[in-house]
Amino acid sequence: MSDRPLTRNIDMRREPFNLQQYRQAEGYGAVLRMLREQAPADVLETVKNSGLKGRGGAGFPTGLKWSFVPTGEGAPKTKYLVVNADEMEPGTFKDRLLMEGDPHLLIEGMIIAAYTIQASTAYIFLRGEYLRAEKLLRQAIAEAREAGLLGPNIQGSGFSLEIILHTSAGRYICGEETALLNALEGKRANPRAKPPFPQVSGLWGKPTIVNNVETICNLPGIVRYGIDWYKKLGKGADAGTKLCGVSGRVKNPGCWELPLGTPIRELLEERAGGMSDGYALRAFLPGGGSTDFLLPEHLDLTLDYDVIGKAGSRLATGTMIILDDQTCPVGMVGNLMRFFSHESCGWCTPCRDGLPWVDAIFQRLERGEGRHEDLDILTEHLTYLGPGRTFCALAPGAMAPLGSALKHFREDFEAHIGSGGCPWPK
Amino acid sequence: MAKISVDGIKYEVNAANNLLQECLSQGLDLPYFCWHPCMGSVGACRQCAVKQYRNAEDTTGTLVMACMTPVTDGGLYSIQDSQAVDFRSHVIESLMISHPHDCPVCEEGGECHLQDMTQMSGHNYRRYDFQKVTHRNQDLGPFINHEMNRCIACYRCVRFYGDYAGGTDLVALASHHHVYFGRHEEGTLESEFSGNLVEVCPTGVFTDKTFSAHYSRKWDLQTAPSICTGCGAGCNTTPGERYGSLRRVVNRYHHDLNGYFLCDRGRFGYDANNSAERVKEALFVQAQINGNAEVPARKPLSATEAARQFNAMAGGDVIGIGSPRASLESNIALQQRVGAENFYPGINDDELASAREVLALMREPGLHCPDIRSLEQSDCVLVVNEDLTNTAARMALALRQATRNAATTMAAAARIPAWQDAAVRELAQHERSPLIILSPQGTRLDDVASDTFLGSVARQVQLLEAIAHCLDPEYSVSSRDPSLTSRAKAIAQALSAARRPCIVSGISAQSTALVRASGNLARALQKARKGDADAPVGLCFAMPEANTLGLVLLAESTGNTLSGALQRLAQKRADAAVVLENDLFRRAATAEVAQALAGHTPLIVIDHLHNAFNARARLLLPAASPSESNGTWVNYEGRAQSAYRVFAPAEPVRAAYEWLTPADPVLLPSISSEEILAQFADAHSAFAVLKDLLPHRLGLSAVMKSPRQLPRYSGRTAMQANSHVHEYRQTQDPQSPLSFSMEGVPLQKDASLLSAAWAPGWNSNQAISKFQDEINGELRQGCKGVHLLQSGQAQASYAPIVLPSEGDLAPYFIEHLFGSEEISAKAVAIQARTVGPYACIGEALAQTLGVAQHGRILLKAGERQVQLPVLIRQRIAPGSIGIYCAGELDRYSLAGGVTVEAVPEAPDLLLRSREMFRHLVISDSWQGRDES
Repeated sequence: MSDRPLTRNIDMRREPFNLQQYRQAEGYGAVLRMLREQAPADVLETVKNSGLKGRGGAGFPTGLKWSFVPTGEGAPKTKYLVVNADEMEPGTFKDRLLMEGDPHLLIEGMIIAAYTIQASTAYIFLRGEYLRAEKLLRQAIAEAREAGLLGPNIQGSGFSLEIILHTSAGRYICGEETALLNALEGKRANPRAKPPFPQVSGLWGKPTIVNNVETICNLPGIVRYGIDWYKKLGKGADAGTKLCGVSGRVKNPGCWELPLGTPIRELLEERAGGMSDGYALRAFLPGGGSTDFLLPEHLDLTLDYDVIGKAGSRLATGTMIILDDQTCPVGMVGNLMRFFSHESCGWCTPCRDGLPWVDAIFQRLERGEGRHEDLDILTEHLTYLGPGRTFCALAPGAMAPLGSALKHFREDFEAHIGSGGCPWPK
Repeated sequence: MAKISVDGIKYEVNAANNLLQECLSQGLDLPYFCWHPCMGSVGACRQCAVKQYRNAEDTTGTLVMACMTPVTDGGLYSIQDSQAVDFRSHVIESLMISHPHDCPVCEEGGECHLQDMTQMSGHNYRRYDFQKVTHRNQDLGPFINHEMNRCIACYRCVRFYGDYAGGTDLVALASHHHVYFGRHEEGTLESEFSGNLVEVCPTGVFTDKTFSAHYSRKWDLQTAPSICTGCGAGCNTTPGERYGSLRRVVNRYHHDLNGYFLCDRGRFGYDANNSAERVKEALFVQAQINGNAEVPARKPLSATEAARQFNAMAGGDVIGIGSPRASLESNIALQQRVGAENFYPGINDDELASAREVLALMREPGLHCPDIRSLEQSDCVLVVNEDLTNTAARMALALRQATRNAATTMAAAARIPAWQDAAVRELAQHERSPLIILSPQGTRLDDVASDTFLGSVARQVQLLEAIAHCLDPEYSVSSRDPSLTSRAKAIAQALSAARRPCIVSGISAQSTALVRASGNLARALQKARKGDADAPVGLCFAMPEANTLGLVLLAESTGNTLSGALQRLAQKRADAAVVLENDLFRRAATAEVAQALAGHTPLIVIDHLHNAFNARARLLLPAASPSESNGTWVNYEGRAQSAYRVFAPAEPVRAAYEWLTPADPVLLPSISSEEILAQFADAHSAFAVLKDLLPHRLGLSAVMKSPRQLPRYSGRTAMQANSHVHEYRQTQDPQSPLSFSMEGVPLQKDASLLSAAWAPGWNSNQAISKFQDEINGELRQGCKGVHLLQSGQAQASYAPIVLPSEGDLAPYFIEHLFGSEEISAKAVAIQARTVGPYACIGEALAQTLGVAQHGRILLKAGERQVQLPVLIRQRIAPGSIGIYCAGELDRYSLAGGVTVEAVPEAPDLLLRSREMFRHLVISDSWQGRDES
């Protein structure tokens, strides 16, 4: 039993485990036992009770999500599992680690998830630029299929599963699960209205579960070692471990598997080796580009969904972006605004036409042509592009770093006005 | 029903709908863009945000999009809440950041939903001071302008064009604030319904190119409620006039028929009214001395002279030939002038015979003739032979919607409301209600058809009989073909599984066997359904012209046929002939008409456009066009509807019925259309219901008329200022409830008089919601027309069928939306889309003949030979040849059967026909040997 169930097989200095090596490391054992001994409803119960929450950003309880899939007599026969591997959140590279480090773990997890919801076709929607992950996943799927772990009637269990790897044409919005479904159907990657949720009407109108790569990779451990083990992995309120990344001016940027409930300080100072020499921590985005800034005073908070939530931000993908004391926060946020503005799908008005305005203001601030009224307009957009106002979560996500930056770094914004542009050395 | 409260006021609303729709139904002003009454909600524009409260204690509330919010009983909402107001003003502000504000030079200005909603949302001053996004525009063909810079990205255009109308060449391109609505490359929009973009687009991205060519503001157009004369569907339209010329046509909502949409023939064919080929004066052929020779010459007559001449010529034993494209009043006037025994329906005998069969079926109890809205609601449609997209396009659009009923049913089971348009489509994907098409060639509805059967008319009759036999074993078929059995079984099963099955055909094939076989199938189906009275079997036949059915009804009392009239003319058994608005060369074989003309019976023609036939008239009287005269039109259902003249034509042009009514010619005009109709209804009990059309016309006294001009109509005194500065006298219209004026009673009083929808704050056509009893409901206090066909005696048995005999090569006649209809084909914009005559053959015949795609063949029919360019299609009935007749080539001259021969290829002709075929949208055009 490992306390690093996600990364225990990962060693980026060598090739990932092939099927034989993976099976030697206890791989696929639990899933085969599950297929023989457990009914889908039992597995669902296990996942529900494990306390696993989605690792894609929203942190929604996985078992609960699965339980919305219609079952029984009248339910549609065709269902789909879709793995969201379109990792495009700024600062996020955790799913890449899993797919490049241990592709069979994802496949094993997918068998568990597909079996639970009784889907016989599963898709991996992979970020187009993840070429190495694509190669390794294709190999692993072929190996698994050859060994009878995928395909019709897996190991005589009566359960069949095909996995189709789809590489994205590359838009951030494809990470939004319903936009992803539209993209997978060959349509414009616009999000869909919810309700109906994908669990009821998803891919090609059939019940569909969309889960993040990391979420799926948690499943083999849960099925193999059980709920109690899984719950104990976490140090705080949340169960299990989390891949946590740090990028920015730290000594040792990277990605590590840590128990949920680990203090942020431990991640930053022990794993990432602290700030690079000559740089001090000014603030950080705890869970990728669409989360609110936290400050050095928050370093002793633990990596828990609720704890970070109470501090006014989100754990989200668990991948921190560091703002040091020698980087212009306005420039950093402006960069994010440019990204989000460009990645808007163009469907709803506030996002499509609001973000370019925000972006334009940041460029003007950068040029030294900003005005005080510009800050008011930025502030207005925080509400205008807020949750519930827009069609999906993209624009509210974009407003998170902007809103917190306006709060914490007001003086930096004002320093851009009437001073001939960005006062920071380039 | 549900009780809700909006801003503290209680309303009873329909719980099946969304909040936006119900607010609008209640007459509340709530701005919106992406929602459309007919296309449902997608939640894109965010303009209709309101506050929703959990309960009376909840004072904060949540901002929700009204269009995406189901109405719940006891729901508490606020439109006026300051947060909601503030949010909506932000939405409109950001929608407008790249809008060019070019209203003064924009064709949409003054009837722009974006202008209205901007006003309503309270956005005044521009704060966005950065560069706007600009786009390149595309040439979208002769109908539609493209000005993408005005776009606010509501996605309505692509939702209508693609999702609703099935077009594939207008799409959303690019993303974020660069999203672009256009074609992948420049070119003519393919959809037969592209004109609706003009009304669907809330701003001026898609505007009417034909209107731009002689533009006027909406408020400067004089309008009147009218009926489209493009085909027999009976769509309601609003033509607009200024300075004596017709400027455009827009949709006029009719709950049972066209709803919100028209086809492009109906919208863009109006320009024939302004054609240089208009008959503008009375012309009389007199012998004239030219040197020593006496030659006939056409001389113009004054109105009085013309009327005198007419009376002198039409005094004795006169025959009258009526017209399916003339109003009921004009046909009645002609019939009364010449007497019923001398009145002949001016349509081909075969067409008449088919139409008479149709009338009999429509009077049969147990069968029901669906209106267009009912067609949309059918859950299984069988189309028999008729290429509806080209003969009654609005009906084809309805059938496309009918295929979506399966989706709505699935959505209801999944508890997705029908108005959640995108969600319903995502759920249902390609699940469709059955649409079965029997046709000699591929049609534009094939993409949504569940089954298509390619067969000649005879094969279709065989299949119809086989289906009828499956439904009712007692039905004995005239000719059995075992190879059709499994197909027939499947279709029979689909029809009998349906709750609201419809059989839709037409009389384009002019085949009584086809009509009878369709009728027999409907009877067999009704019998198999055990006479389910709640849901009678729908059976309808598209009619080629606006008054085909009205004409056939009028002529029903006699057995008169056109050939009978032509014979009388040829044999000089009449003193004169009066031909009403008809080009007889289009009605019978050229030789037959020529023979009739050779009888030299004095010929009087009343028409509004010059043509080859009326060039032969001794007296040609200038008729008012349908937009210039009042008239009643009987559509394919037998529904008579009134059209009011939009403007008075210049002297001496007048309505045909005015020329025809016997009165003192000095006192022209003599009788009103209302009087003709009233007298006729009094005298003929079968037409008594026509009087129900009249109260709306006669019930208003002169001072209580409704205006044809909007309150802001400008320049009444300035319009003639170049010639005189006095205010000219308004054209008088004593019998009509409409005045040629801005003054009068508000239009809301009687929606059947509603031409241009306008309400305070609602200047665009979306103002129609203010006249509906609820959104998508009926117009308040409007007359929807009257039905002239009453159920008669039950048909005891099936009609006998004689299978049409077809030679080795069965010809069928192709119809085109642009070109097949006589009058619209004279419109300049339509002419840009028309093609010359051509033949359609399959790959096998092409190979036998050795002809390449777009090459030529020699078509022989009796004595007649003609070279035709060839379109090789993949989807064509085996052993069939399609012939598109236009210009000199008429179908009646080919009636005796055809043969084809190869002709040597001529490269220059090949290029020319290739250019011609570019105007056609043929999805199954054979590509195999195209590039030679």
